Amino acid sequence: MVMGELTQEAEVIVIGAGPGGYAAAFRAADLGMDVTMVDLSERPGGVCLFRGCIPSKTYLYISELIHNARRAESMGVFFGPPRIDLNVLRSWKNQVVDKLAEGLMALNNKRGIQLIQGRVEFEGSNKVRLHEADVSHITFKHAILACGSHPVPFPGALRQKSSRVMTSTEALELIDIPENLLVIGGGYVGLELGSVYAALGSKVTVAELGDGLLTGVDPDLIKVLERHLRELFHAIYLNTQVLDFKETPNSVEVQFKGEADPAYQQFDRVLVAAGRKPNSSGLGLEAAGVAVDVKGYIQVDEQQRTSNAHIFAVGDITGGMMLAHKAMREGKIAAEVIAGKPSAFDARAIPAVVYTDPQIAWCGLTEVEALRRNIPTEIRRFPWKASGRASTMGIEDGMTKMIISPDTQRILGVGIVGRDTEGLISEAVLAIEMGALVQDLALSIHPHPTLSETEGEVAEIFMGSATHVLSSRPH
Amino acid sequence: MARSFRLPDLGEGIHEGEVIAVHIKVGDAVKEGDIILEVETDKATVEIPSPYTGTVAQILVKPGDLIKVAGVMIIFDGGEKASVEPETLAGTPLVDSGKRVPDVPEISAMQPDAGPIPASPATRRLAREMGVDLRGITPSGPAGLITAEDVRSHAIKEPASAHPKRLPPEDASESRPLPTIVSPLPDFSRYGPVKRIALRSIRRATAKQMALSWSQIPHVSSQDAIDITQLEAFRNKHKAAIQGKGGRLTLTVFALKAAATALKAYPNFNASLDVEAGEIVIKDYFNIGVAVDTQDGLIVPVVRNVDRKSLTDLAIELNETVQRTRDRKTSLEDIRGGTFTITNAGTMGGGFFTPIINYPEVAILGMGHAAWQPVVIENNPGLREIVPRLMMPVVLCIDHRVLDGSDAIRFLKMINASLQDPEELLMTMV
Repeated sequence: MVMGELTQEAEVIVIGAGPGGYAAAFRAADLGMDVTMVDLSERPGGVCLFRGCIPSKTYLYISELIHNARRAESMGVFFGPPRIDLNVLRSWKNQVVDKLAEGLMALNNKRGIQLIQGRVEFEGSNKVRLHEADVSHITFKHAILACGSHPVPFPGALRQKSSRVMTSTEALELIDIPENLLVIGGGYVGLELGSVYAALGSKVTVAELGDGLLTGVDPDLIKVLERHLRELFHAIYLNTQVLDFKETPNSVEVQFKGEADPAYQQFDRVLVAAGRKPNSSGLGLEAAGVAVDVKGYIQVDEQQRTSNAHIFAVGDITGGMMLAHKAMREGKIAAEVIAGKPSAFDARAIPAVVYTDPQIAWCGLTEVEALRRNIPTEIRRFPWKASGRASTMGIEDGMTKMIISPDTQRILGVGIVGRDTEGLISEAVLAIEMGALVQDLALSIHPHPTLSETEGEVAEIFMGSATHVLSSRPH
Repeated sequence: MARSFRLPDLGEGIHEGEVIAVHIKVGDAVKEGDIILEVETDKATVEIPSPYTGTVAQILVKPGDLIKVAGVMIIFDGGEKASVEPETLAGTPLVDSGKRVPDVPEISAMQPDAGPIPASPATRRLAREMGVDLRGITPSGPAGLITAEDVRSHAIKEPASAHPKRLPPEDASESRPLPTIVSPLPDFSRYGPVKRIALRSIRRATAKQMALSWSQIPHVSSQDAIDITQLEAFRNKHKAAIQGKGGRLTLTVFALKAAATALKAYPNFNASLDVEAGEIVIKDYFNIGVAVDTQDGLIVPVVRNVDRKSLTDLAIELNETVQRTRDRKTSLEDIRGGTFTITNAGTMGGGFFTPIINYPEVAILGMGHAAWQPVVIENNPGLREIVPRLMMPVVLCIDHRVLDGSDAIRFLKMINASLQDPEELLMTMV
């Protein structure tokens, strides 16, 4: 086929087919608009589906199974040591990803969205050029930028396939199970992937520059997780900088500065999980009149509008919490605003889940944030030792905390550490979004015995009388 | 046993108050009757006594908080039961009226720094669709929660703002209606430094009352200038004697009497419009509000039964009332029950102006600064001369639903005649 200068028209062009992009494209199509979506990959899904959430959670579920099998020994059931077949594991992960990608593909096609593989560069405020694509140009009325983010590489590290130094992308390939793995970065990516490798048998060391894991998360939640991770991992070094590393054919020699002892150590592999950066360069945003801040994030208003009124941006490229579900909501809002609907991003409780064992989930205001912004709060905690369900599962090391407005007795935030918090946090999200009072949660009947009861009981503690905890000041 | 103390019913039509002072702290032993809080409602400050004898366990309010009637303010521990039924924290208690109230403080939507305004995501979306700003809605849900119903009824009450926000059309040549919604404020700080002051206390009450008056009453104003040369001479003659009795014989005192006289002659001015009943309510009492400028803002105390008081009595009472108002000692009773209002801008040197009627009254008289003016008078037919006369501008604003321009002219003519000639005032006054 001759690559001609073929120009197409689109009412809405969505650039990037990750969760933010496909949610925007699907919503726009459902609202009756003519939508073209462009992505570097052939299929929709983005980092989340191919190199992020989905593959990592597939492995983390398996890690949990391994831990459960081990924990079952204390309950009288013996499975013996696990035998891990990396080929089957990888192909299982690929099956999961393929199934979801095909599903998205079908949803995309049935909505009549044209999906083009290629790289976009703006040539003006209504025109993009496509590279490595069958179509050379697209003119559009509205654009939604959903180009996502990429892992920050370690300065000076060579990005080559054969390298022993990985980012999350390579780590999810699960090329082997290294005997010794160094994870640089104590954020959620590092801890989650570190947990996968530890469950599969690696001796995992985590080096974090800051003085705590999971920056921004409340320390009382982290404390519980850290206790478990210090058992699971070989070592966790806080306040520790990786000064240098040198790749040899058989290992990586790392030089630390900080808590690490000794300061020189050898690892079979290194995972760099030191944050993500927006994919905002190379897009020709200047030609489109779309402004970015010093860190490269696109600034948007609550309608997801950029500095160019008919160009919108959603998801990681706009900064904030880099979460698929936040991007999806933003994508829907951008589509609705283009359709003339009065939508705005006004969420009050964006949930976040760290899929470690135990998990941490939170939403709304955190204690750390309340302190920083000097917001008056009352905080109540329900220890899972008092939860019947936690006892039956042998997972008593957990805690449900509630952050409350003393003025209104309204729930401002909830944080949970323990097993299965991913499913528990949504009740808190709904409560906060609905403007629920603590009493609303206390008066809602929670099934017994479940972990969700901990949310009802933490509310009861605030009200002065919780069934399974003795009140210090009974009423 | 813990007991919660709620903001009691402070009077008809009072739904909220602003906490001015908290005289207690957690741990204090309080006796029944001790003054524990000061709350300002509308424009009056009320001292609130403790209903219990006991220990203060928790204080849920702080100065500056707006609190609704029946909102929990203080929680007491232990002690003896007093005149009010004890209420447990967990129960669903009753207030005097027998109505069930939620067991939580009710905070007005206007309270600053309270974080986002509580409303469910669907309610927030509805508000955007109807072009309604959540901040202006009176919440009906617990602790200030705005419901979808609140948004709908607000949009019906204020249809001007009930248009959904629309995007400008792609084609600018397309005709489109002039938007009537109150557009959001620009970011002023983009153009220079700004400071924000909470709308509180008297300013808040005035803002509410004036917005209500201006939005509900079709105003018409009628203006005139009254020759008060003779009245001023009369006033100066009697001033000292009245002062000896503790009064101040100001022009407002005469205006009070002149207004009462005119109100008796034209009862439709001493009225209110009951829109729901479709009736004009004519009042058979003559209580006239007098606008007083205090350091905290405008307060309008009411002088009662003006028709039954002598000029001397009025001069003494008005002086005393103005003093009390400036000292911010007015009670709620002092500022209620007016049937007409006089506002004298003349004392500050103001000339012609158009006051806003004090809803639900139907008329207001404004007085400007009297100044010597060259006036043409006709002593004998055909013989005109220019003489200096002390002229006072007056303006009468009327509610055109109840009154017409011709009524205004007649009413004002009567005021004019009374104030021009003290003898006329003495002869006609009631």
